[in-house]
Amino acid sequence: MPELLTLPPRLPNAQNEEVGASKFCPGCGHGMILKTLASAIDELELKDKSVFGCDIGCSLLAWNYLDLDTVQTHHGRTTPVICGVVRARPEIVGIAYMGDGGGLAIGAGHLVNAAVRNEKMLVVLVNNTNYGMTGGQMAPTTMPGQITETTPYGRDIEKTGKPAKGAEMIASIVDTDKAYVTRATCSNLRSLKTSFKKALTNVAEGRGFSFVEVLSICPLNWRTNNVQTFERLKTMEECFKVGELVVPAGLEGVK
Amino acid sequence: MVKKLITEDTKLFMTGNEVIAYAAVAAGAEFMYGYPITPQNEIMHTWCKLLPKTEAGFLQTEDEISAGFTTLGGILVGKKAFTATAGPGNVIMQDAMSMAEMMRIPFVCAVMQRGGPSTATVIYAQQETTLTCFGGNGEGHRIVYSTAGHQDLYDYTIKAFNTAWKHRFPTFILADGYQGKMREPVVAYDPASRGIEMLPAVPTLRGEGKIGVDRKSVHIRNTFNLEEELMEVLDSYEADFNRIAPEIAEFKEYKAEDADVLIIAHGIVARSAMTAIDILRARGIKAGLFRPITVRPLAVPALRKACDRAKKILFTESANGQLARMVLKEIYGCTTPYDTLYKMGVGVTGDDLVNKVESMTETLVC
Repeated sequence: MPELLTLPPRLPNAQNEEVGASKFCPGCGHGMILKTLASAIDELELKDKSVFGCDIGCSLLAWNYLDLDTVQTHHGRTTPVICGVVRARPEIVGIAYMGDGGGLAIGAGHLVNAAVRNEKMLVVLVNNTNYGMTGGQMAPTTMPGQITETTPYGRDIEKTGKPAKGAEMIASIVDTDKAYVTRATCSNLRSLKTSFKKALTNVAEGRGFSFVEVLSICPLNWRTNNVQTFERLKTMEECFKVGELVVPAGLEGVK
Repeated sequence: MVKKLITEDTKLFMTGNEVIAYAAVAAGAEFMYGYPITPQNEIMHTWCKLLPKTEAGFLQTEDEISAGFTTLGGILVGKKAFTATAGPGNVIMQDAMSMAEMMRIPFVCAVMQRGGPSTATVIYAQQETTLTCFGGNGEGHRIVYSTAGHQDLYDYTIKAFNTAWKHRFPTFILADGYQGKMREPVVAYDPASRGIEMLPAVPTLRGEGKIGVDRKSVHIRNTFNLEEELMEVLDSYEADFNRIAPEIAEFKEYKAEDADVLIIAHGIVARSAMTAIDILRARGIKAGLFRPITVRPLAVPALRKACDRAKKILFTESANGQLARMVLKEIYGCTTPYDTLYKMGVGVTGDDLVNKVESMTETLVC
């Protein structure tokens, strides 16, 4: 037997080794994104300073995924729970991890107000253009023409509007001297890690609100094979422009 | 650590909302998260005005959902935090209160009831009794103190924090806009001077120690995969709640010992009842009062005893029998006949009760 196969998987220190195999659906983006987040936390040595919060929806499966103190809450309510944490104890680096439904629909009011108040916390919004956990309904981010369970003939933008651009919305309301806002993608995990490191540093240094939208994949609900899945992700990257929108001074050295 | 404002007994003349803020400071509350809604606003106003002296924390959130969940966040990292709400705010805060119930988070909230349903009126009702006791998608594992005046507001706000942190069930001070807005004398005190030791707040998340060295990471959730897994948890909560209920349950009786007509009322309506009882007694009618202080859990043995002893029972509320429904369930089997005087969203006066009891006693063979 080749020796490589007997080696245990290399997990970031901030990932919970007791969990074992990912609980997400085969091909889901969450595992990659969380592992990348854990690596960023390792590199910045934030494991003993962080509180991680996750929503209802697919993100709740992250409730014990990381080796961080973690709270799982209700759909869209991760933002206020983590906001409450960092307000009570500003030395904590609070991370609110949610999907596009949690951040841009049911919890949109919380997200907007946390951004406006420049809460010193990180919001990670995983955008896979549909509600995964509940079986693939239309999300605010569903692309024009995209088929979901509640748009079985494709999203008609005349009836349901155009996809919500979370990062652009947040960029337009934050204090640009203090906030960090970016959109990354799970097709480029190296760049995603840099985004996480900048976002976490911005919070850890007490500067302000950080928002990382991550374009992700949902092959199960999309009903796509591996090739189609990444083709869909490319389409998403055309619809939702990847890149930094707001970068405050002081993060230049973070790579 | 919050600085104390009251170090020796001080007689104050102030509104109930102000009293709650002062009592929260006395209880060692460190943070208030809140959202404006009448008639509880002055709790926040007073809390904010006192901040330079107390060095406590405050956040005005975007809505009551957020006020509830930010409070939970603060409590989870070990701050003695609380909030206050009313009416439609109480409705939407049930989301957070349910989570507190499921995760045994020592959530403290003052509910200053206003008229309902929906927007209704802004000052007074007793229509949030069921909601506060049993709101949310759970079983009502909550502790609810119904106050009848300003000294109660001071005493039970302090008590609510200790009850919540000792037993880890969400705990409520259930009052109303009349109590919130009117002025009464109250004696403010340092709990220590009454032998009350305030329990410290303990962090659930980010407690002492390095993860992987001194302790494991803490993962708390309110999601369950299996039905049986959930039932096991809830069975243990139910057992805990029933075990502590006799210790927590409180009530007051007024001239109830020999009463032919027993008035059952909570909150400020109980005070109208006391006025009525004095008038009725002067007219030779033996009326008395049973006032549950904890409307959840009820003081069941005392309640049954009082009901069995009386010849007639009168339930009276500024609601359509929200307390009565809870009481009737607990006194199942009691054969004492009962009557009702319900005024939905309207105050019950002493005169209302005198007239009602007199009409009841016309048929009463004493």
